[in-house]
Amino acid sequence: MSGGMSPGMGETPLLAVEDLRVDLPLEQGTLHAVRGLSFEVGRGETLCLVGESGCGKSLTSLAVMGLLPRRAKRSARRLSFDGQELLGLSERRMAALRGNRLAMIFQEPMTSLNPAYSIGDQLEEALLCHRRVGRRQARERAVHLLERVGITAAGRRLGQYPHQLSGGLRQRIMIAMALMCGPELIIADEPTTALDVTIQAQILHLLLELKREMGLALVLITHDLGVVARVADKVAVMYAGEIVESGSAVEIFGNPRHPYTRGLLSCVPVPGRTRPGEPLGSIPGIVPSLVGSLEECGFRERCALAQAACRRPVPLHRLEAGRAVRCVLADPAGAPA
Amino acid sequence: MLGFLVKRLALALLVAVTVSVVGFVLLRASGDIAVAIAGEGATETDIQAVRQQYGFDRPLPVQYVEWLGKTLSGDLGRSVYFNVPVAQLIAERLPVTLLLGALSLVFALALSIPLGVVAALRPNSLLDHAALWLAVFGQAMPSFWFALLLILVLGVWGRLLPISGTGSLLNYVMPAIALGYYATPAIMRLTRAGMVEVLGSDYIRTARAKGLRTGKVLFKHALRNAVIPVVSLAAVQFGFMLSGSIVIESIFALPGVGQLAWISLQRSDFTVVQGIVLMLSVIYILLALLADLFNAWLDPRIRVA
Repeated sequence: MSGGMSPGMGETPLLAVEDLRVDLPLEQGTLHAVRGLSFEVGRGETLCLVGESGCGKSLTSLAVMGLLPRRAKRSARRLSFDGQELLGLSERRMAALRGNRLAMIFQEPMTSLNPAYSIGDQLEEALLCHRRVGRRQARERAVHLLERVGITAAGRRLGQYPHQLSGGLRQRIMIAMALMCGPELIIADEPTTALDVTIQAQILHLLLELKREMGLALVLITHDLGVVARVADKVAVMYAGEIVESGSAVEIFGNPRHPYTRGLLSCVPVPGRTRPGEPLGSIPGIVPSLVGSLEECGFRERCALAQAACRRPVPLHRLEAGRAVRCVLADPAGAPA
Repeated sequence: MLGFLVKRLALALLVAVTVSVVGFVLLRASGDIAVAIAGEGATETDIQAVRQQYGFDRPLPVQYVEWLGKTLSGDLGRSVYFNVPVAQLIAERLPVTLLLGALSLVFALALSIPLGVVAALRPNSLLDHAALWLAVFGQAMPSFWFALLLILVLGVWGRLLPISGTGSLLNYVMPAIALGYYATPAIMRLTRAGMVEVLGSDYIRTARAKGLRTGKVLFKHALRNAVIPVVSLAAVQFGFMLSGSIVIESIFALPGVGQLAWISLQRSDFTVVQGIVLMLSVIYILLALLADLFNAWLDPRIRVA
């Protein structure tokens, strides 16, 4: 995909997130799971949120959708969809957007469909709750989309129940469900993680093909850098609830600036980057606890390049267009070259 | 679905046969029926004559088969005390008991399911705790005492409701509350537990992600899955209510099967007791079957089993 897909300056991004925070009150204190996240997604753009388990990727997506668990607290300076502020929107107004203009695909296809209702019912319902159409039209749309996501005998599938279908089929159905209203943005939270490796590639291809064809914007949450390298326009690397590095996919893969990104890239074989026979790396240590306040670089204890400055809060340094790194070494003013 | 139906019907039949055998044997083992029938002051020859007349001197299996044959043709024997057919005695009183049972169940469900749902929506809230106390209260209180309390408060002090008889539907209100309240705690707690679990499930998140309104998420997607265990429990509770009606019908002077059982037990009128036990068992079995069928309708996964 060419760089021309990125929105120009001044154009309203489809999704704009600024200083998003998600706090979970626990018995031991408050868990700051997402700590001041900012990113933008333009129309038709693919943003990959990358990071290891527990870095706050899923909570970020749920926070955008307004689907956080009740005890979680969400705050942000800005959280807007197509210029409309989502913070403080009533549940009713938010529900009118969800599944309609922004849709979500979840990680667990085996448990994400209601066992008590047929596939057809669950698909049609997604359209019926947003559009003034009849059952018949909803049914036609469901059949069309089931065929589109590569399900054979679509008409017969409508009468089947989730327990009669495999995980791969169920995820295709979840994708079709997300597409029922023709959304502008899809958030896919590790959509292939729970599937067999052979199915993973199929589902991912399908998602990308549909995205291109329908001009959707996609936020793909994943820990699979191989996937990111293939599909992303923009990449945001998350660590311990923060974005530590963001930029275009080409730049992140070609010239990673944050030690964590470099570590992450050394852990997995990336096409065109890893030489055959070269041993893969690993990152020593564990993720810091996010309970209570963390007033230093979250990666400091695992970082080989840590220095005194890392003990203070590290701001996000904005570099050349669209590139940002949260590391003292990337500070254009003070870092040793 | 057909396989499921056949399997459940066969199971129900098997249970019915077992119950009839156990009931038959237990009654024979509970004392010499001939002595009871012959009455006080009967001589050994009188008793012997009764034994022969009723066929009690024949082997048990023979007696059972004969009794079963009669039973299946609707002949439950004759009441010694009332001197009328048992089937007629029960048929006269069954409507009262069934109406009481149905009203009690409706009361129990109407109180416990909404309470359970509300409690599940806000776990550990004031409402949840209030519902829990209501449940503990209902579980801990004997139904006969609760019935007397109702009579005292609503009948004697408040003069709001009639305290005995079957004049109108109003006569059934207090007995139904007394009988139904006992079933409320279990149903409410099970509804709550089911809803808490279901509301945390992935498919509820999917339903919300689709943009469905809260009401639809709760009542279409959550409740249907949460009440599946409640249906089986409700059937069992209805059975308990029928047996509980023995006490409640006596207190409120309702001429139902429960009261008949109470009188017949006092008078050692065994044929009547046996008839009632059998009838209650059959109702119980039918209810369990009905609950299974209802659950199969609720949850397509059950239909395969």
